[in-house]
Amino acid sequence: MLGLTVLLVAVLGGVAHAQESGTSVGGTIFRVDDAGDRQPVAGVQLTVRQGGTDVGRAETSEDGTWRVELPGAGTYQVELDTKSLPAGVGLRDPDRARLDNVEVLGGQQKNVLFPLGKAASKATLGDRFDRFADLTANGLKVGAIVALAAVGLSLIFGITGLVNFAHSELVTFGALVAWEFNSLGLPLLVAALFGMAGGALLGFALERGLFGPLRRRRMSTTALMVVSIGLSQLLRNLYLLFFGGSPRRFEDYAIQQSVQIGPITILPKDIVIIVISLSVLLAVGWLLKSTRTGTAMRAVADNRDLAESSGIDVQRIILITWVSGAALAGLGGILYGTTQTVSFDMGFTILLAMFAAVVLGGLGSAYGAMVGGLVIGMAGEISTYWLETEFKYVTALGVLIVVLLVRPQGILGIRERVG
Amino acid sequence: MDLGNIVFPAIRAAIGVPAAAYALAALGLNVHFGYTGLSNFGQVGFMLVGAYGTAITVDNGGPLWLGVLVGIGAAVILGLLLGLPTLRLRADYLAIVTIATAEILRLLTRTQRLSGLTKGVFGIQRFANDFYRINPIPDGRYGIGQVSFSARNLWVILVGWGLVALVSLLTFLLVRSPWGRVLKSIREDEDAARSLGKSVFTYKLQSLVLGGVFGALAGILLAIDTQSVNPDTYLAVVTFFAYTVLVLGGPAKVLGPVLGSVVFWLLLQLTDGILREGFNMSGGDVGAIRFALVGLGLMLLMIFRPQGIIGTREGAVLDDR
Amino acid sequence: MTADPILVVDGLRRTFGGLVAVDVEHLEVPRGAITALIGPNGAGKTTFFNLVTGFDRPDAGTWRFNGRDVSHTSAPKLARLGMVRTFQLTKVLPRMTVLENMLLAASNQRGERFLAALVPSVWRPEEAANLERARELLARFGLDAKRDDWAGSMSGGQRKLLEMARALMVEPTLLMLDEPMAGVNPALTESLLGHVTALRDEGRTILFVEHDMDVVMSISDRVVCMAQGRVIAQGTPDQVANDDAVIEAYLGRSHEAPA
Ligand SMILES: Nc1ncnc2c1ncn2[C@@H]1O[C@H](COP(=O)(O)OP(=O)(O)OP(=O)(O)O)[C@@H](O)[C@H]1O
Ligand SMILES: [Mg+2]
Repeated sequence: MLGLTVLLVAVLGGVAHAQESGTSVGGTIFRVDDAGDRQPVAGVQLTVRQGGTDVGRAETSEDGTWRVELPGAGTYQVELDTKSLPAGVGLRDPDRARLDNVEVLGGQQKNVLFPLGKAASKATLGDRFDRFADLTANGLKVGAIVALAAVGLSLIFGITGLVNFAHSELVTFGALVAWEFNSLGLPLLVAALFGMAGGALLGFALERGLFGPLRRRRMSTTALMVVSIGLSQLLRNLYLLFFGGSPRRFEDYAIQQSVQIGPITILPKDIVIIVISLSVLLAVGWLLKSTRTGTAMRAVADNRDLAESSGIDVQRIILITWVSGAALAGLGGILYGTTQTVSFDMGFTILLAMFAAVVLGGLGSAYGAMVGGLVIGMAGEISTYWLETEFKYVTALGVLIVVLLVRPQGILGIRERVG
Repeated sequence: MDLGNIVFPAIRAAIGVPAAAYALAALGLNVHFGYTGLSNFGQVGFMLVGAYGTAITVDNGGPLWLGVLVGIGAAVILGLLLGLPTLRLRADYLAIVTIATAEILRLLTRTQRLSGLTKGVFGIQRFANDFYRINPIPDGRYGIGQVSFSARNLWVILVGWGLVALVSLLTFLLVRSPWGRVLKSIREDEDAARSLGKSVFTYKLQSLVLGGVFGALAGILLAIDTQSVNPDTYLAVVTFFAYTVLVLGGPAKVLGPVLGSVVFWLLLQLTDGILREGFNMSGGDVGAIRFALVGLGLMLLMIFRPQGIIGTREGAVLDDR
Repeated sequence: MTADPILVVDGLRRTFGGLVAVDVEHLEVPRGAITALIGPNGAGKTTFFNLVTGFDRPDAGTWRFNGRDVSHTSAPKLARLGMVRTFQLTKVLPRMTVLENMLLAASNQRGERFLAALVPSVWRPEEAANLERARELLARFGLDAKRDDWAGSMSGGQRKLLEMARALMVEPTLLMLDEPMAGVNPALTESLLGHVTALRDEGRTILFVEHDMDVVMSISDRVVCMAQGRVIAQGTPDQVANDDAVIEAYLGRSHEAPA
């Protein structure tokens, strides 16, 4: 335990807390007239929300500008009330009257754009298809990240019976370590390796220093679950103490121009994230299937006693699972931090998605967690086609409960033995 | 450093309304976790529906007593909704679904779509005037020296601890009965209980609902005390605190949660005072350190003294071959 | 076959992945008799118990208990109907006392209903009667001195005894014991056997799994032998002991040979 704290202090120490003052979001609304000149549009109504709550409203002044002061860094939604636009003027992209993921950093005066053009009569079928395609791509990205992070959670459960509520803190830890190295000037791709190594080290420390010894004391899995809750609480607040409360961005890829691939509008970094996470998932799948250690892992998760009696060194397998599961969780955290921001509680925000993925795929099954992660990520993102963003998690939970009712052992899980 | 600034707030906290409310929430968890062995990690969800049930009813013109009933009813429904899909499955599912549901309920109270009822992130205020109108305590301050309360405060404190006493008595009667014996058998080995003809599922459902109602009472008490409900009061960490209270006092002991809550709030406030007065720390850091210490405390208790302050070592560590 | 079997099983099948654990065409358990279920390790005896008592779901098959189709009846309901089983790996309730283990098992307790539980005067009388019965049973199984100990503090053999005594608290008509003598000291085995025959003489039916052939031969009225999920022989103890298929099943797998 002590060693762990020292490790955390060493990695996270010395970071000054960022101050948050004068954070705001705003912009200028203008249209381009027939002569090609910019004409500011006054009296346009805008609303800024966070998680479905109004943070503030603004109306553009004579010069077309507007600004809303924000309580602090975070993700906001900005919506332009199209009814307040003058007649004949509309959004160039009618689907973008609401920007869902406006990331604002502490102290930043963020600007957002609402390009205007001739009023479109109605979103065409093509527009709607484009939006759907975008959401699908986004869902693939989120899903792959969740899948990466959840594989370890599921395997650790399968092998040790522990539902590890502190898994989210492994996710965060990877991202925090990567951020520290990135801010020292290392390119993100290199920093990410350090982040994964940090995650792996923490996984190692937790198994060797905490959960291994407790298992040997024959602590019940329910009691271990409560221990992991305490641990999650401890780690998260240590992160807060050393890293501070405001979200940060990685130095690289902070600002990018999106590109068009077929119907999909996507940021280049998101393409990289999808490629990396899917290839890592495939690699993990292959390793589990084709290497001796991988087969042993699945055998132990399947039936521990049987595996032990057939000569597998179960303790070693458990350790390997912790280390690799934690490294993958860390990678998940780094990728998640690249799409959003890095913060002390980022892991906790995707914990529910990870749980949903793991249950969906069948508790204990690594492949199940992968499939489950993809399904949960896609379902959540695509649901925003019809529902507000804040219903994303509700969708995930809905999927989860339906699965529990119709197929409690999950998509790939198996029924357990009694008696 | 003024010792009084450390000690007196701690004593106030130990007998204050939050201590009573956490005792109630933990009494509920004791029914779930201590006696039945159910891992409900979403107790805060029951608190939320209790508090919002009350506040929304009053906000829409209903009397407070009706609001309280609605809050309790909402907890019953939540218990059934959580229990029906999960309680036939292995224990881990309940843990996952409860923590997820509690968090989702919180997100839902924030959403635009429901803000007609919930008033979104601003929440609902001043719905408990009926309660303070019937306060029989004459105006003035009551107590000794720095540990004193206004008539208004004292009224909530008395009702709060009265509720704790009532719920403890109810728990006492139940766990001494054959009904309570069935709950314990489920905690010990539900297949054994099943083999002896006990409808395990029904009892688990009853346990979940009962403990959930205790949680709702905790939520209602807190809401009445602050005269406000607000989504960000109902974070997952509330449940974890309630677990710490339970483990501190001793699971499966009727008065464990009560003792646990008093000691918990005393320690929490002492830490707070020592960090502020002794180390001159600022608000944010104190909060983080306090929360980290609660986490550490929960771990250490679970590992080294799972039977809590008043439990016996023997009962906690029996090896179950 | 007796005219009125207490349990009739048809076409019962359970597979785990590719492994066929149980595949019983037809089996009848005669009422009021002691039937032994034998077979080498992994023959499917425990799985058979799990299926019949509602602890596991079969891939196919039906079975009737006391003439009533109970293929879809839940485990607790079956126990309340009088079909009570014990477990090969004992399932005592460790952090409850031996006496509490016993009292729990009594059926039809009014005090087990939520509202009635709150009024002790409603359930005190029946509790007293159950206490009486529990004490008698514990005395019969030589556990009376252990009455107030944690069940979790008992030895393996004592756990077997407690589990059997506890099952009797339910007042079963069909008692299904999964290796009741395993781990019980030989001196006690003698008296246990006495109890089992006494139970039959009270009119109860017993189906038990046992590996010790001496035990099987000495008390059972009928013997059923399973191997690889199937019933390969049944009849009187002598018939089964001399059955070629049985001998091969045991010797072929080099386990203890039937006596
Ligand atoms: N849940 C399960 N998953 C996979 N295989 C199982 C499961 N339960 C039982 N089996 C297999 O089914 C077969 C029958 O097992 P069972 O426990 O019924 O045997 P048994 O006759 O009781 O053996 P023993 O005499 O050793 O107790 C075994 O091969 C066992 O490995
Ligand atoms: Mg067996």
